[in-house]
Amino acid sequence: MSIFVDEKTTVVVQGLTGGQGRFHGLRNRDYGTKVVGGITPGKGGTDVDGVPVFDTVAEAVDATGAVASFVVVPPRFACDAILEAAAAGISFIVCITEGIPAQDEASAYNRLVREFPGARLLGPNCPGIISPGKTNIGITSGDIALAGGPVGIVSRSGTLTYQALHELSQQGVGQTTCVGIGGDPVPGTNFIDCLEAFEADPDTRAVMMIGEIGGSEEERAAEYIGAHMTKPVVAYVAGVTAPPGRKMGHAGAIISGSQGTAQAKMEALAAAGVMVTANPTEAGEKMVEIVRGLS
Amino acid sequence: MDLYEYQGKQYFARFGIPTSPGGTADTVDEAVEQAEDAGYPVVVKAQVKVGGRGKAGGIKLAANPGEVRQAAEAILGMDIKGHTVHRLWVEHASDIEKEYYASFTLDRPAKLHLGMLSAAGGVEIEEVATTNPEAIARLHINPLDGLDEETARRWVDAAGLDEAARDGAAQVLVRLYHCFVEGDCDLAEINPLILTTEGSVHALDAKVTLDENAAFRHPEWEEFAGTDTEDPREKMAKEKGLNYIGLDGTVGIIANGAGLAMSTLDVVNQVGGSAANFLDIGGGANAAVMTAALEVINSDPAVRSILVNIFGGITRVDDVANGVIQALASVEIRSPIVLRLDGTNADAGRALLAPHLSDRVLAEPTMLSAARRAVELAR
Repeated sequence: MSIFVDEKTTVVVQGLTGGQGRFHGLRNRDYGTKVVGGITPGKGGTDVDGVPVFDTVAEAVDATGAVASFVVVPPRFACDAILEAAAAGISFIVCITEGIPAQDEASAYNRLVREFPGARLLGPNCPGIISPGKTNIGITSGDIALAGGPVGIVSRSGTLTYQALHELSQQGVGQTTCVGIGGDPVPGTNFIDCLEAFEADPDTRAVMMIGEIGGSEEERAAEYIGAHMTKPVVAYVAGVTAPPGRKMGHAGAIISGSQGTAQAKMEALAAAGVMVTANPTEAGEKMVEIVRGLS
Repeated sequence: MDLYEYQGKQYFARFGIPTSPGGTADTVDEAVEQAEDAGYPVVVKAQVKVGGRGKAGGIKLAANPGEVRQAAEAILGMDIKGHTVHRLWVEHASDIEKEYYASFTLDRPAKLHLGMLSAAGGVEIEEVATTNPEAIARLHINPLDGLDEETARRWVDAAGLDEAARDGAAQVLVRLYHCFVEGDCDLAEINPLILTTEGSVHALDAKVTLDENAAFRHPEWEEFAGTDTEDPREKMAKEKGLNYIGLDGTVGIIANGAGLAMSTLDVVNQVGGSAANFLDIGGGANAAVMTAALEVINSDPAVRSILVNIFGGITRVDDVANGVIQALASVEIRSPIVLRLDGTNADAGRALLAPHLSDRVLAEPTMLSAARRAVELAR
């Protein structure tokens, strides 16, 4: 099984007619994802390589019955696009947009919670979600993932998500689902949401978690793991050598004082029984060992 | 982007947050002029983006032109925790009755705005936060609801501010909240917020961090551009629109994505090397970005090898390869380059690079082997 999405999930791409939208939207379709439509205001009635384009998400949902949306639009339009999808009844929204102002993100998140509690947002600023062999919604390269499980991956960093997939696939260890939650300050879906889903998924037998400095999501995830997870978890936290007090790219990757340091996060995870590793390669190796040891 | 105190106060003024009359000075003579305008006595304050200025001697009181001269001479050029003082803020010295603390930031776990207010403001606020956390009144605000004057007034009461300060403080808090939200701040902090002996409430300091993602709707931020770093490498990177942080090592790093870039730093460190920088070329990096990145790294005399670690998602590896090839043609790269390329269009990218490989341009199959090779070459 997979979490959040599967081979039946129907997807519309908001921004399908743009350069990135077209590239990744069609790549997702070619992977096998049910990409049933695109949305670009003013371009309704046209198509992108056979995928029909609509002016609004509501029209696309009416016509196609889509349940998920892939948002690939510039930062200043992204929050409106997310809310438009939710208002049209989309229940799973993946937003890869990087560079959304934090104030907009906080408002959009709270509006979702208050007005559309049935909708789940993944991201923004995330690579998306892939269930190998079933569906791929986002910007992950499908050929680095391997179908068949038994590992679930959840990661805060985009490129480290690919690295994690790659490390496992190269060793012949497959994945049930790989979720990139993104490194922005207000992620729609967090570690705990994914850990909970993986714990409940019978096909997922071990979980790899990739964190990074800043915030306290990893510490909170550690608490959850200690109290609720029965499946083995391997973790890697990026940023051990990051200088304190500097913002390293992600709005999320800020450390101040000892709070949110890679060290503090690793200690919290280790105390919760997680196997903590020093780099992505080692995380891959440990996971391969664990998987080979499963009967 | 962190603002200097004087920039923060100018930003506060846009939102009607009261501060003391004053101005900036880059020379001793200018400091005296500003003091005359502000009215004696004045406070002469070093403008550096680091805490603990007062304890380092960067803040001095002056009652007359002679004392202003003396203070300005002492502070200009002073080194405060590695930051050289090039500019002063000279303002009228307030008669302080009480010092409070006020700030707004985003509470990430709660996904709400967080206001913090304390009747025990001043230099020891961080100690107060750890030893006596109840002395800080916290207020969570849903961004959809905002902060009205009535709520602010109840919050001021709860924080136990002096009766005389309550109306003024509530008004300042509402304005500070507007500054935080409409001004797109990651942090808007006043420490201390003071009650003067005349009974007015105003900001004696300003700590403002702007959210650079919102720069597109703030043309007025132009005036802050170029003032946020002294590192020439960082200045050059900023002009080129790169996400770069200068470090002290010898291995120049180019990676895509903040996580992979941080991880690359970690791995270089683990195999016995040290990174000269953090550089995330981000999603959708193209040939122009790659060329710019190599130019910045190349300008750093400490760099002895360059590690390019790319895992393509939205970034296409063939674009990165083209960028490297273009940069090699247009820039004389001083150091050997080790490339590790994986992900979207990786085969196409590797094929493009193959004819350009040499003992100066090397390809490695994994992140770890690439880090080892780059560290060896930096020795």
